[in-house]
Amino acid sequence: MAVMTYIDAITSALREEMARDERVFMIGEDIGAMGGVFKATKGLQEEFGSARVIDSPLAEGIIISSSIGAAMAGMRPVPEIQFADFIAPAMDSIVEQAAKLRYRSAGTQTCPLTVRVCYGGGVGGGLYHSQTNTSWFIHTPGLIVVAPSSPYDAKGLLKAAIRNDDPVLFFEHKKLYRSVKEEVPAEDYTIPLMKAAVKRKGSDVTAISHGYMLQLTLQAAEKMHKEQGAEVEVIDLRTLAPLDKDTFLESVARTSRAVVVHEANRTLGIGAEISAIIAEEAFDCLDAPIARVTGPDIPAVPASPPLENFYMPSVERIVAALERTLEY
Amino acid sequence: MTEAIAEQKDLALLLDYYRRMLELRLFELKVQELYRNARLPGFVHLYVGEEASGVGVCANLKPEDLIFSTHRGHGHAIAKGVPAKVALAELWGKTTGCSGGRGGSMHMYAPEYGFMGTNGIVGAPIPLATGGALSAKLRKSGQVVVGFFGDGAVNSGSFHEAVNMGSVWDLPIIYVCENNLYATEMAFSRATKNTSVASRAAAYGLPGVVVDGQDVLAVHRAAKEAIDRARSGGGPTLIECKTYRYVGHHEGDPGTDYRTKDEVEQWKKNDPIKRAAKVLLEAGLADEKKLKEVEAEVVQLMEDAVTFAENSPEPLASSVTDHVF
Ligand SMILES: Cc1ncc(C[n+]2csc(CCOP(=O)(O)OP(=O)(O)O)c2C)c(N)n1
Ligand SMILES: [Mg+2]
Repeated sequence: MAVMTYIDAITSALREEMARDERVFMIGEDIGAMGGVFKATKGLQEEFGSARVIDSPLAEGIIISSSIGAAMAGMRPVPEIQFADFIAPAMDSIVEQAAKLRYRSAGTQTCPLTVRVCYGGGVGGGLYHSQTNTSWFIHTPGLIVVAPSSPYDAKGLLKAAIRNDDPVLFFEHKKLYRSVKEEVPAEDYTIPLMKAAVKRKGSDVTAISHGYMLQLTLQAAEKMHKEQGAEVEVIDLRTLAPLDKDTFLESVARTSRAVVVHEANRTLGIGAEISAIIAEEAFDCLDAPIARVTGPDIPAVPASPPLENFYMPSVERIVAALERTLEY
Repeated sequence: MTEAIAEQKDLALLLDYYRRMLELRLFELKVQELYRNARLPGFVHLYVGEEASGVGVCANLKPEDLIFSTHRGHGHAIAKGVPAKVALAELWGKTTGCSGGRGGSMHMYAPEYGFMGTNGIVGAPIPLATGGALSAKLRKSGQVVVGFFGDGAVNSGSFHEAVNMGSVWDLPIIYVCENNLYATEMAFSRATKNTSVASRAAAYGLPGVVVDGQDVLAVHRAAKEAIDRARSGGGPTLIECKTYRYVGHHEGDPGTDYRTKDEVEQWKKNDPIKRAAKVLLEAGLADEKKLKEVEAEVVQLMEDAVTFAENSPEPLASSVTDHVF
């Protein structure tokens, strides 16, 4: 096993899937010779050629819509959207074509597409290089939305996404790219989509998160353990849609308390859905109101550092929510 | 008017244009210095090398005319009249910036100067500018609108949809493509088979002109003709300014992997500010001393901008929820 960063795990998943299946190809802005603005595709054009690692003109609409057409006609495209903030020109084809393809063709057509999207704040990127717009896609049935929190997960989930026959939005948090490292097996493995994971065992309160926020939630849980002896169970959703509710319902049934943490803004974020499911299906188990720690309902993450800090959920805010929930 | 007289008239503008270009240049070099010393937050795309385009176009606009700019827009803002200190405070995330510090480089708005924003979404300004021109036409305001964009944007749908509409409705708009040959690291010739942006105008039935974007008077002449035509109801023009950025795509990109040193050096030899200085000296419109004076004034302006921005307050964290509705 090698210790890998999140971004290296992604590169290695791409390399292995390109080698394994010649239907897999990539298209995106600056992904070829440059290897992507974050270097996720570094070296892949050299290895697989410019016919399979394609530098595209600056045109997200056609990057994604042509990928969908290619997916319908026998390929397994893995297009890259440089920043989640730039995906909107492709919304029409994602929502109206990709998401509805299997359904409206009564299963005669599938769309084996994996759109890699770099998202999230906390790096001083300003309003159009920081957004977390996962909810746009979560709200669209027919799409699978994945947001890994660690290198091991990133690799296994990306490989599973590429092999899946339905359209996947694969959200990679830019802050995680180089900030977390862990052991990643050398041999081929996949992690099932649509299945959450318990990342830390605990009996006092259930914290549910994903992506970069999962790392902060783990830090908050460790702090609670060290400073207060409280045992926080941390659940990583891994896939945001369709949602694996069994894993968190089973946990809440044991802990009786739930805190949801996400970076997307609050209204109709994944926390709203999780809270509703817990209220509907585990109401009797609850000893405290469900708490949410989220980004605020403002149009974008501002540029000025004090404002960005205010936007981003922090370990302190997660700890405070856990304390409130435990003390209730 | 004979050509000789026209030329004399243009030359009379050159010292002013020289000064304006120098303002844009020294502003960006100051930003670069501050950024490299980790004083400024965020991402910045600098306009170094492209000054003749912004100045040659904006100097022909009236204060009430509107421009819509790009991610590489500090130069456009200043050329349209946004004070350097206000622009710098915005980059610094300070409350005295034109967007209260919350916008930063790619979200500078100053409507009081007819500056309708830099924009982090490539392609977005072209249809927005078209709408601005539609408004001017509907209101019969007599305003002219300029939409700036790079070569990267002309392969996105927004360019084609917008230019077609601007043309069919005879809108008072100038589409100004600053073709600096690259979109990030993507050479224009790898992104399209038709590398003449101006020729695309034919597809939509409007005049398309190409100008040497490193010659401020050439830009001035093309812009003036197009602006006069637009203002008198003659419809839009597409202007392609052939230009070059000396610096990387953004601060942090060395800008060397995808183009040769030689190419960069060739373009630097053709520098618009140096060219203007040379013409001024040769035509006897200014001497070395005068040019030094102008430079010293602009240097001082930038020092004052730094003092102003540095000493301005940061926004309160709680103001994050202001201006949502
Ligand atoms: C819709 C969109 N896609 C991608 C980007 C990322 N991006 C920022 S600038 C840029 C290249 C733009 O090239 P060009 O239009 O030629 O302008 P230049 O940078 O050369 O001035 C890219 C790809 C973006 N900002 N917006
Ligand atoms: Mg360009």
